[in-house]
Amino acid sequence: MTDESVGTVYVAQGGDWDEIVRGQADRGDEKIVINMGPQHPSTHGVLRLILEMDGETVTSLRPAIGFLHTGIEKNMEYRTFAQGSTFVTRMDYVAPIFNEVAYCLAVEKLLDMKVPERADVIRVLFMELNRIASHLVAVGTGGMEIGALTMMTIGFREREMILDFFEAVCGTRMNHAYIRPGGVAIDLPDDGLPRLKGVIDWLHKHLWEYGAFCNENPIFKGRMKGVATLNLTQCMVYGASGPVLRAAGYPWDLRKSQPYCGYETYDFDVITWDTNDAYGRFRIRLAEMFESLKIVEQCYDRLEATTGQPVMVEDPKYALPGQLTVGADGQGNSNEHIKHIMGSSMEALIHHFKTVTEGFRVPAGQAYVAIESPKGELGCHVVSDGGTRPYRVHMRDPGFNHLQAAPAMCEGAMISDVVVAVASLDPVLGGVDR
Amino acid sequence: MTEPNASDLAEVPAGTSAEQRVTRKGMWGQGSGDTSGYGGIVRSFERFPRTDRPYGSYFDEIVDRLHGLLPSVDLDHVVVAHDELTIFVPKADLLDVLIACRDDALLRFEVCVSVSGIHFPDLVGEELHAVYHLLSITHNRRVRLQVTCADADPHIPSAVPTYPMTDWHERETYDMFGIIFDGHPALTRILMPDDWEGFPQRKDYPLGGIPVEYKGAVVPPPDQRRSYS
Repeated sequence: MTDESVGTVYVAQGGDWDEIVRGQADRGDEKIVINMGPQHPSTHGVLRLILEMDGETVTSLRPAIGFLHTGIEKNMEYRTFAQGSTFVTRMDYVAPIFNEVAYCLAVEKLLDMKVPERADVIRVLFMELNRIASHLVAVGTGGMEIGALTMMTIGFREREMILDFFEAVCGTRMNHAYIRPGGVAIDLPDDGLPRLKGVIDWLHKHLWEYGAFCNENPIFKGRMKGVATLNLTQCMVYGASGPVLRAAGYPWDLRKSQPYCGYETYDFDVITWDTNDAYGRFRIRLAEMFESLKIVEQCYDRLEATTGQPVMVEDPKYALPGQLTVGADGQGNSNEHIKHIMGSSMEALIHHFKTVTEGFRVPAGQAYVAIESPKGELGCHVVSDGGTRPYRVHMRDPGFNHLQAAPAMCEGAMISDVVVAVASLDPVLGGVDR
Repeated sequence: MTEPNASDLAEVPAGTSAEQRVTRKGMWGQGSGDTSGYGGIVRSFERFPRTDRPYGSYFDEIVDRLHGLLPSVDLDHVVVAHDELTIFVPKADLLDVLIACRDDALLRFEVCVSVSGIHFPDLVGEELHAVYHLLSITHNRRVRLQVTCADADPHIPSAVPTYPMTDWHERETYDMFGIIFDGHPALTRILMPDDWEGFPQRKDYPLGGIPVEYKGAVVPPPDQRRSYS
């Protein structure tokens, strides 16, 4: 096939590869432009990479994003502050809890609000379980893309245990909208702690398997070591954070350096590696899962100690009036609450109606809150003009920032290294494009 | 929520442009027979009220250092709120301030983590704001720089030569708000298609949506529903 403006065009379907090879050999020119994505399995969603190749060597790489842009930030300007949780959770859908926490911390900062202790513990618990789940997806899909398919199958097995726990607590596996301004939507169920114990035991039993499969595997090391390097200077140039920066040896973790949600009271280590490469990022993710598990165990003890304490601010102006319960038809307001507002108290009905439809006002101003998501610094910039809806919300997604570094990591390398490089950045295009 | 009167307006600090003060009236019942009293509520406030010294925390140190390094630059509009420092920077001086923030050993903001935009259609002459969030890993500090430009002249110098990581962030801010960052190596749309018309995050750009109809009653799209602000 030829196109006058671009020259010979090869397509991947309905042809004979031998013909393509022969046709290319006749040209006597090794330069070839490859369009990778947006529907390529190893692009983690819908990322498009435009590669200029000299033989198998990448001479130029240009990432193109925006295929998953859904206007979440714009939509949030038309909903109440409480509804914002439901929107941000759909950004980086592999680590949804982090989006919710960053957003809620920013709103709470504008309100000068302090959430109850138990709410903070539940937030930390959910974040750390979600960090493990997100890292499992990162190492699982990253392994799958280089042929280590078992990494994916066992990765999703462990992740499913965590998502089952999330489902038992808040009703959904993903897109939870569980963290709300003022606390969390609902306390753990009665069997919450035994279930959590089951998850902890399961993870203790299985998390070491990933290292046993890969750490010293010669094929795995051959694909990962010295590939997609980004040293500390380059990390600074590209504003890298998270595992990418820590793989360059810099122990920067916002949980330690700018703690939030009480992270300063938990015992855990910041993992670093000194190889600057994809292998280092992989090892950091593995080790961080164990650190997260340590935090989860500390959360277990604190949850046991704070049983029965509130998980939402007491101020009825901010807390949703109805307690959520799980009934025969799914999750909803508790029966007692419905009886109260529909049968006995007009004022309670008015209050419920106003809180749900109008929402609460947030004083005019702006706040930026950054938290350590599994991928790096996740920032949330919230601007309020004093109304009941955000005036502007902007999420600074680490994947968005990190993809800028992909050309620096790939140019001069082989095309097979591109797959490893993108996987080692762990971008989730829902968060990148928002 | 206060009634506006002469003394209220006189409290505006000197140097604040009158346009920055926002007055809002009522929630509903404007001009109707509503007797609830809600229609009479008038609120008047400043969007970014200046903070007086001392700013507290490490904020005085940063502002003093910037004054010392760049004595001719007007950095008097400083807002300290919620433990965050915001410095309004004249757009002509933005590059000097950024270079000082990055290179000075006492400031040393290595990373510009985010560039975000805000659109205030009622702030005549400074409708578009670009917000830079700087992070100093060395000193473990953050500062926010805010630059305004007019809708009629939406140009702001690009931070990319100083902070290369702002490349995509500026492209997104251009894509969403139409702020043109002069000196950017390739200022093209990044999230929207290349041939898109309009800048979606501006306040005058509609959200769209489909009117939902049920038995003759119509639920309007979200951007046409009643607002409480």
